[in-house]
Amino acid sequence: MSDVLFLQWVKGPLFSIAVMIFVIGVVLRLAEILSLGRAKNLAVPKGNPSLGGWREIGRRFKVDQGTFQQNKITVIAGYVFHVGLFIVMFLLAAHIALIKHSLGVSWPNLPTPVVDMAAVLSMLALVVLLIDRLSQPVKRFLSRRNDYLVWVATFLPLLTGYMTYHHLWLSPQWLLGLHILSVEALLVLFPFSKLMHTFTLFLSRWYNGASMGLRGVKS
Amino acid sequence: MSELSLERGINTLKAQIDAPIASFFSSCVSCGMCASACSFYTENPEPRYTPIYKLEPMRRVWEQNFTLLGKLKVKLGIAKPVTDEMLSQWQELVYNTCSLCGRCSLICPVGNDITYMIRKLREGMVASGHVPEGLVGASTRAVKIGSPMGIKLPALQAQVKHIEKATNMQVPFDLEGAEYLLMLSSMEIMNYPEYLEAVGKILTNAGKTWTLSSECFEATNSGIQIGSSDIAKELVSRVVNAAEKLKVKTVISPECGHAYTALRWEGPNLIGRPYSFAAKHIVEVLDELREQGLLPTEGMEDAKLTFHDPCQLVRRGGVVQQPRNLLKLVASNFVEMTDHGTLNWCCGAGGGVSANEDANEVKMKAFQRKKKQLDELKVDTLVTACANCRIQLEEGLEENQMDLPVVGLTELIAEHLVERNTINEESRHD
Repeated sequence: MSDVLFLQWVKGPLFSIAVMIFVIGVVLRLAEILSLGRAKNLAVPKGNPSLGGWREIGRRFKVDQGTFQQNKITVIAGYVFHVGLFIVMFLLAAHIALIKHSLGVSWPNLPTPVVDMAAVLSMLALVVLLIDRLSQPVKRFLSRRNDYLVWVATFLPLLTGYMTYHHLWLSPQWLLGLHILSVEALLVLFPFSKLMHTFTLFLSRWYNGASMGLRGVKS
Repeated sequence: MSELSLERGINTLKAQIDAPIASFFSSCVSCGMCASACSFYTENPEPRYTPIYKLEPMRRVWEQNFTLLGKLKVKLGIAKPVTDEMLSQWQELVYNTCSLCGRCSLICPVGNDITYMIRKLREGMVASGHVPEGLVGASTRAVKIGSPMGIKLPALQAQVKHIEKATNMQVPFDLEGAEYLLMLSSMEIMNYPEYLEAVGKILTNAGKTWTLSSECFEATNSGIQIGSSDIAKELVSRVVNAAEKLKVKTVISPECGHAYTALRWEGPNLIGRPYSFAAKHIVEVLDELREQGLLPTEGMEDAKLTFHDPCQLVRRGGVVQQPRNLLKLVASNFVEMTDHGTLNWCCGAGGGVSANEDANEVKMKAFQRKKKQLDELKVDTLVTACANCRIQLEEGLEENQMDLPVVGLTELIAEHLVERNTINEESRHD
C-alpha cells in the first residue's frame, strides 16, 4: 500500500468508523450507568445536594497538603500530562482546523512551538507515570492489563503527532497516517476502558458531592 | 431468612448496584491515592489494604452484570467469577481493615464514594455468610436483647438511680410530650456513665423537658456496621416507635458516630419514610442551646487540649463547627491537629471494627496514625464526642504508654455549667 493510499484510508472510512464507535460507545456506556438510577434519599437534608455536587466537581481538582505529600509524582505528573494533552488536542492549529472542517466551530490556537513543548512535557509525564506505576507497590498491585493498554493507547498519538510535526523517520504521509490511526485506536478503546473517566469523573464527583451536600459536609 | 449462600450474596450485590456505583467503578484510574487516605493502609502498608481494592468482588459483579464488555467476557468464559473462596478472603479487607470512616471518599480525585460502596458490599457479605463472628454476636444481641453489648433495661435503671441519688436530679423515663428523647450507646452505659449525668444536667438546667424510653435506649446500630439492612431497619424502627409513641420533638443521638449515621441518614431510608421528629447529635443540640443562651458556663480549662473529630460526624454528618464553638466556651488553649475537621484521621475502630475481635491487632496498628497526630501536638487532654472513638483512643494511648486523659465533650461542658437558677437569682438581686 502506498503512503498516500494509506493516508486516504485512515482519514476516510477508518476515521468515520472510529468516531462512530467512540460516540455510540460513550453514549451507550453513559446510558448503562445512568439507567441504573438511584433511590430517592428520604433523610431531611441539611444542605443543598446539587450545590454540593457542583462544589465537589470543582474542589477535587485541588489536593490537600497531606495527600499531596504522599502522592507528589501522581499529582504533579498527572497534572502535567492532562494539561499537556488538553493543549495538544484542542489548541494545536492543525487540530482546530480539523474540528472546524468537521463540526464548523473553531477557536484561537496556541503557537505551534508552545504546543510542541506541551506534547513533550505530556509524554515525559506519561513516562514518569508509567515508571511510578511499575515501581510503586500500590499502583503496581492495582494495575490491570487495561491500565497498561490505555497508557500505550494514549502515548502513541502524542508520539506519532510529535514525529509528524518534526518529520522524523518515515514520509510525512506515512507518519500522519500512523498518527491518525493511533488516534482511531484510542477512540475505539475509549468507551470500553478507564478512559471513560474523562466523562464519568464529573458524574462521580457530582454523586459524591450531592451526598456530602445533603449531609451538610463542606470540605 | 433463606439460607446464606454465594448465590444469595451475588444477587444481593447485584441489587446494590446503582448509578453512583456504576459511575464510581467506571471512573477509577487505579491511581492509588485512596491508599494514602486510609490509616489501615498507611500504618500497615500492604497494597491489598488499598480502599478501592477492598471492593473487587463488587467491581466484578458490576462489570459482569452491568457492562456490555463484562457480559461479553462472561459469554466467552473469560470473566473471573466471584467465588466463596474470594469472599472469604475479602472478609478481612471489608470488615477488619475498614471503619467506614469516609476519608478515601473525601480524597479520591475522581470523586468515588468508596465508603458508600463498602457499606453496600457488606450487604453481600452478610447474604453470603462471610462475616466476622464478633459482628454476628453484636448484631444478634442487638436484635434479641436490645443492645450489642447485651445491656438490659435494669442495668440502665440502676445507673439512673445512682445518678439521681448523687445529683438530686430526676432522670425521667417515658415522659410523653417531652421535647427531647435521649438515646444512649451501650459503650456509654458500660464505660462512661458520666455522659448521661452530664446531658441530664445540661438539659434540665436549660429548662428543657427530656426523657429516656424504657422500651428503647440503645442508639448504636449493629445492622449498619455488619451491613444488614434488615437488622438495621429493625433497630432503627425501635427508636422511631419509641419516639413517636412519646411524641417527642427531637431524638438526641448519643456521642457515637455510627449511631448518628444510622439514625440521621440511613434511618428514614430504611423505614421508607421521613420521621415525624428531628434527629440530632448531642453536639448539635448543645450548640443550639449555646446559641439560645441556654448553656451558660464558667471557668476555662488551661490545659492544652485538642479535639478528635469522629469520622461519622465530620465526613458523613457535616458536624464540624459545633464542637469547636463548644470548646471555645470552656478551653483557653485549644489547638487543632494537622489534619482536622473533615480531614481528620479515624481512631481506627469505628464501623464495627471494635466489635470484631479479628481486628484487634490491626486496629491498634491503625491507631498509630492518631498517635502521630498527637505526638506532633503534645497536648495535655484529648477531647472527643464518640464513646467508641474514646475507648479506642484510651486503649491505644495505654498500649503506647502515652499518659493523656481522654474526655467526652459533653462531660467537659457539663463540668463548667453554671446553674441557671443561680444566674436568675443573681439578676434578681441586681
